[in-house]
Amino acid sequence: MNEETRLPTRMGDGTFVCLTRSEIRADLVAGSEAATKRAKVPLLGDDEIDHLLEIYASPVRFIGVDVGEEIVLSCDGTGMKTHATRIQDLQSYEQWMGADLLELCVGDYSLKVVRTILAYEAQYMHDAQLCTIAPLQYGVMPNLGLYSKPDGPCDNWNELLPLGKIAEARAAEEEAVEMAVADMVKLADSQWEAGADAIDWDTTGASGDPEFLAALRATKIIREKYPDMGVELGMAGEFVLGMHGELEWGGKRLAGLWPKDQLLLAQEAGATMFGPVVNVNTGKSLAWNMARAIALIKPCMDVATIPVHPNAGMGVGGVPMFVHLPSDAVCRAAKSFVELLHVDGL
Amino acid sequence: MGSGDPHGMHNAHAQAASIGGIRAAGDLVARMQMTRGMRLKEAKQSVAGRLGVTPFDLSDPVVMTDVRNELGFGRIHSYAISQPAQANFIEAKFNISRVLDIPINCVEKFKDRAGLA
Repeated sequence: MNEETRLPTRMGDGTFVCLTRSEIRADLVAGSEAATKRAKVPLLGDDEIDHLLEIYASPVRFIGVDVGEEIVLSCDGTGMKTHATRIQDLQSYEQWMGADLLELCVGDYSLKVVRTILAYEAQYMHDAQLCTIAPLQYGVMPNLGLYSKPDGPCDNWNELLPLGKIAEARAAEEEAVEMAVADMVKLADSQWEAGADAIDWDTTGASGDPEFLAALRATKIIREKYPDMGVELGMAGEFVLGMHGELEWGGKRLAGLWPKDQLLLAQEAGATMFGPVVNVNTGKSLAWNMARAIALIKPCMDVATIPVHPNAGMGVGGVPMFVHLPSDAVCRAAKSFVELLHVDGL
Repeated sequence: MGSGDPHGMHNAHAQAASIGGIRAAGDLVARMQMTRGMRLKEAKQSVAGRLGVTPFDLSDPVVMTDVRNELGFGRIHSYAISQPAQANFIEAKFNISRVLDIPINCVEKFKDRAGLA
């Protein structure tokens, strides 16, 4: 009796697991089906499943895209005092790694934290622009939750909702949106004056539909005010949570949107780059997670008029949820996105 | 790629899929994406056309080192291979702005503040 060879691959938490080629293929099909069941996206075709199988059943340690098919990396978080000063970090990423673009940010990364140090951050951007070449953006996450008590001035909708105080919770969220939009525009004002090339709203929608609305509104204002300033809008999750439930943009309800509709609104608001996210299920194999991510993001690619950079960092986009990421897993995610979706970047 | 991502991931992505930043022409393609909203194919064609190379050449450090030297676009800065007479950093961005025919914010601000406008 022939027994299939077991191949080393990984789970969503990064741990090794040995699966047969047939088991990996079954996981790919199941991942695609999971995407279809939840988001009503088309199933991946047999050719796409087979292509992913070649990537995920390969025993090689490292794998890459074909020569000439390289993409842009939106290297978020490259200037956040990882190992030296922030400017030295930016230079290291530019000079040693060949980062395609750079991002200045603070470690906390929250908008509400940055709003208190705008002048210092602008000075740093000004200085950094003098000694780097690659385009340099400023990145924050809107993190609307920090605008609620006890961290912020607004009533805490996460406390009000379980009490059934729906109207009060919604009012608090709407108040926070107004504050966040004002802060985002002030941040863009100061960074534009300092010489920034772009702004990055990272992990948008972590606090649900109010946060997504704030990012869309700020993007529209900033792009009208500074037409040459880029705005990268990256998501926090694959699905916009309905923390409010009734918020709309251009007549479109924000709660419940999947990547394609998120992209359509982002580009309508004026974003110049969009980063869809598909979260990793740590209890499933990377093959399952990658097939699901490809199926969920694929509908974006046909309607995009701006660059699409799927998030392929820790815990998203088929990359394991583990702090020191195994390169064999990262390179497979990169190759899958490039070869199956023809993404504009990662 | 996701902020907060830990050490090591950037290198894996860079080796697997990146154009290569200033080692090649990744910064130039990124600039067209970031500030002009161009998709990858359009951005590569635009940059290649301006530089007189093919889109394939844009990720080749061998070709692009010469192109960057000729155009004053800046390159990897190493004290072992010094290039004190070549443009780098903000100087290089003046040249990039001119050749790609796009405004670069910090270059325009530099001109204003240095009385060059």
